[in-house]
Amino acid sequence: MEWIKIQTPIDDETISSLKKGDLCLISGRIITARDKAHERIEDFLKEGKALPFDLKGELIYYVGPTPPKEGMVIGSAGPTTSSRMDPFSEIMLSLGIKAMMGKGRRDETTKKLLVKYKAIYFATFGGAGAYLSKRIKSSRIIAFDDLGPEAVYELLVDDFPAVVAIDSKGDDIYEVKF
Amino acid sequence: MRIIHTDIIKREAKRLIYDCSFFVPPEIKEIYSMMLTEEDAPLARQSLSIILENGEIASREEIPLCQDCGSVIFFLEIGQDVHIEGSSLYDALNEAVACAYQKHYLRKSIVSDPLRRVNTGTNTPSFIHIDIVDGDKISLHVLLKGGGSENASALRMFRPTDSIDSIISFIEEVIVKAGPNPCPPIFLGIGIGGTADVAMVNSKKALLRPIDAPHCDPFYAELEERIKVTLNKTGVGPLGFGGKNTVAAVFIKEAPTHIASLPVALNLNCHSFRKGGIVI
Ligand code: SF4
Repeated sequence: MEWIKIQTPIDDETISSLKKGDLCLISGRIITARDKAHERIEDFLKEGKALPFDLKGELIYYVGPTPPKEGMVIGSAGPTTSSRMDPFSEIMLSLGIKAMMGKGRRDETTKKLLVKYKAIYFATFGGAGAYLSKRIKSSRIIAFDDLGPEAVYELLVDDFPAVVAIDSKGDDIYEVKF
Repeated sequence: MRIIHTDIIKREAKRLIYDCSFFVPPEIKEIYSMMLTEEDAPLARQSLSIILENGEIASREEIPLCQDCGSVIFFLEIGQDVHIEGSSLYDALNEAVACAYQKHYLRKSIVSDPLRRVNTGTNTPSFIHIDIVDGDKISLHVLLKGGGSENASALRMFRPTDSIDSIISFIEEVIVKAGPNPCPPIFLGIGIGGTADVAMVNSKKALLRPIDAPHCDPFYAELEERIKVTLNKTGVGPLGFGGKNTVAAVFIKEAPTHIASLPVALNLNCHSFRKGGIVI
């Protein structure tokens, strides 16, 4: 199976060329967020406060890593279940994110929004946190450090493997088979 | 009367947590290697290779197998001729959890209240099930259970006259609906009979049986095989990307039940099946 190399931020042309089932190796900067961080971003917007980071063009990875041992960049860092972030899809996409990455299915609304915003959903390999951690070259908290494993991190990744699960036309890898 | 000190229980609990957080037992590796030879779909093969390599990296570099290091669930069978000495048994088990999760850089995933959700920072409390049995030994089992697979749990109260086929259809429905979320290939625990609560606990206890040991009752051994074959035809496949291997093993634990009841409970365990046990 052929791997497609991708650099973040992912440009529009690349996004429209990627198809459901494509196996990608992602390099560059990605941003982490899971349940609590999404909730807090929503709260910031409701209160009319400016976010402490810019999400334009970013890839958001749903992960809550284990704490790193001394001398390590990050601990185990595989994907969490993406559907829990479905209620936040509109907010995140309207803030300009271009890709999401996690594991498992998304709801119909998210699928439609991905088409509308010309964005993409990647699934990476669930339960492979040790393997995936080796593809992360640096990590630093950029916001919400009080949330512990749910803080927002900036990660620099090199050849991080992921599958195009929903492409920008709304085609879904999890849909066809069942 | 045999005296067992809680320090020994604590030490063993810590060791079990460490072992299953970083090491994949050989019989599980064998299952995935076998599956790899059966799969043709590139993504199914890729997923299985990565699962196998993940296990190698985890044990070699001491990186947790999964970032979701789980809730800690203990199952103890305490012989009634045992006298436990030392601290409170519950405290000893929870201290073992707090200590292991801190020392080995495991993620702490427990909140103290389900609605107000503040992380306890220690991965405690653990969830402890105790049965009193004959004898003068303690059997201690631990299961580390991730949220993704626990959230796919299910319970249905069937009519006593419902067919076994309808039970299998229900199981199939749950597994297909869960799809990629519980990180298949899964180890499926099924509790049949008892009351609703007993069936749920039995769906977890079922998983404590050694992976390569068939059910001791041929009727249930056959049913387990039938369920496994059915589920592996769903096409969900490794990590839900499609393939022939959705389920690695099926374990049933049955119990007597009421004439009007037939509860069936399902507990899905991900490919990262982290369990261990010891008899003290
Ligand atoms: S379902 Fe299991 S393997 Fe998958 S992320 Fe959760 S704990 Fe890890």
